[in-house]
Amino acid sequence: MAVPVETRRPASSPRPPEGSRWTRDVIETRIFGVLRWVVIVGLVLVTLFPFYYMFILSIRPLDSLLRDPGSLVIPLAELDWGSYVSIMTPQEDGGQGFLRFMGNSALVALGTVLISLLVAIPGSYAISRLNFFGRRQVSALFLAVYLFPSILLAIPLFTFFTRLGLRGQLVALLIVYVAQVIPVTIYMLRNYFDTIPTSLEEAAALDGASRLGVLRRISLPLAMPAIISNGLFVFMIAWNEFLFALLFLVNTRPSWTVSLGLSQLAGSIEVPTTVLMAGSVILTLPIIIIFFAAERLLTEGLTAGAEKG
Amino acid sequence: MSSTQKDAPAGPAASAAGLRGRRKLSPMAREEQRAGLTLLSPTLVLVLVMVVLPILWTLVLAFQRVRILNIRTAGIFGPYTVANFDNVFSSSFFQSLATTLAYSILGTAGAIILGLIAALALRKPFKGRTLIRASMLIPYVAPIVAVTFTWTTMLDPQFGLVNYWGKRLFGWEEAIPFLSERVRDVSLLGLEFQIPTALITVIVFEWWRSFPFAFLFLTARLNAVPDSLEEAARVDGATPIQRFFHIILPQLLPTMAMLSVLRFIWTFNSFDDIYLLTGGGGGTEVVAVTVFNYLTARGDIGAASAQALVLALILGLFVGVYIKFFAKKEEVS
Repeated sequence: MAVPVETRRPASSPRPPEGSRWTRDVIETRIFGVLRWVVIVGLVLVTLFPFYYMFILSIRPLDSLLRDPGSLVIPLAELDWGSYVSIMTPQEDGGQGFLRFMGNSALVALGTVLISLLVAIPGSYAISRLNFFGRRQVSALFLAVYLFPSILLAIPLFTFFTRLGLRGQLVALLIVYVAQVIPVTIYMLRNYFDTIPTSLEEAAALDGASRLGVLRRISLPLAMPAIISNGLFVFMIAWNEFLFALLFLVNTRPSWTVSLGLSQLAGSIEVPTTVLMAGSVILTLPIIIIFFAAERLLTEGLTAGAEKG
Repeated sequence: MSSTQKDAPAGPAASAAGLRGRRKLSPMAREEQRAGLTLLSPTLVLVLVMVVLPILWTLVLAFQRVRILNIRTAGIFGPYTVANFDNVFSSSFFQSLATTLAYSILGTAGAIILGLIAALALRKPFKGRTLIRASMLIPYVAPIVAVTFTWTTMLDPQFGLVNYWGKRLFGWEEAIPFLSERVRDVSLLGLEFQIPTALITVIVFEWWRSFPFAFLFLTARLNAVPDSLEEAARVDGATPIQRFFHIILPQLLPTMAMLSVLRFIWTFNSFDDIYLLTGGGGGTEVVAVTVFNYLTARGDIGAASAQALVLALILGLFVGVYIKFFAKKEEVS
């Protein structure tokens, strides 16, 4: 108490000398230095453990799981890839037919990516570059759509496609997915177009290129990183989607997606947990591969608009 | 004092558009107008047909007696009724509304705090940080069906890992049915508590699932905080805790506000997580699950629409209040 001046001295130099007195600054720095590693290790364990568990269950035989549910090591002695065979084999041959579900998921996801990009590239270009009546309102509309409860949207779409008799068709799902992802796609692409200087496009226009020519030859190549990351992002959304797949396809097993197939089979007692874990791995693996391949592109695209505010 | 100025169009773009709108359009501008609308029209048509019209139709459906069975005969200008709202204002609906609120408030707050802790812990560079940062995002991007299935297996009372080790290490007398038990009596330090087991479990799942989202945005914002600010505070003798509360946190607050709005909206509407974990059992029935059950199990489209509509209205109310009272304040300060 009587030495405020002296205690302030060592703290006020940017780096207190080694072995200095136990000032508040030193204590806090030391505590947080240790705590930081505790937090990092803890978080890594918590985030990754379920995926590790998923994987080890998928390569264990069922009776080994029932005998020893607490085991955490990779069962080298009783390694068993049979679950993967069983989950991929077609239903007619006694398997679960996930190969077909993967085909369905891939078809819907790739279709969603293609159509949404085809529609959203011109749209986002227009919103970013051209001055037209209602531009602001359109942006606001898209944001509102993005934030809207999908359960609310599910009701009329369910009713509509039931009435058309299209429920149970992958096409119906495809259309709904495109409409769902378009607002995000436009938002992300527009942000990117906004960062590209217009001078190149203006130069091309002066040289006599048409508007579509400019879009195709100049803007599109420049926006390629954003377009690719956007395509991957949309693929992940469509591959992971569950609610609409459940509503539309639940009664037609041949057109189930992987997500739907796994959720439906998880409820039945006939399929062993280990086999379903193999299904989980198959469902998760493409997403993790895409994510790690394009992690940089994806995270930058997502947070691009966030740093401003 | 500048309130009158604020009402005027904000940016130069807006004022330019306003001027142009009043004057006669030049041929160039008219061409731009047409090109803009042409390029945008596929998007606009799709969003109008697949999103805006359906939402308007929900409005109509909420006031009609429509069921799956009479779906083909029901018209848009059919007889209107308010009977669908009878079961909206029943005690069970308020119960699920309260559950939804508890789930989304606690879920949002926990996820943002965890994300903040993670972002701060991973702030200083070290070898392997990029890899750890990336893997920390996996819970958020992984397919919801796969992760919920893994969690239900982990928490399973019979062969789940958690109960196995709980019995071994913590001396639990019997397995805890984490996802189906409504309440549990717990005594801690001689006090008796009642905790909603299943609800807490789904909230913890929500933290695990969505803290990466907060982590990602807060990390991006932290990177943008200039080092010089903190350096200056350090020279002035501010300790790490003081630097956090006086330098870092104020910089992060706008991002945290945006995150809390976004996460609240999404959690409030969320259906997948709870449907897949508990099916709405054990006192975890949120409104989205109720709506889904009305739609599919009962086939009562009218009642489902009415409830979904009320859900959307309440959500709109919360977000509106938030923006009015909190977003403005942050702008001023």
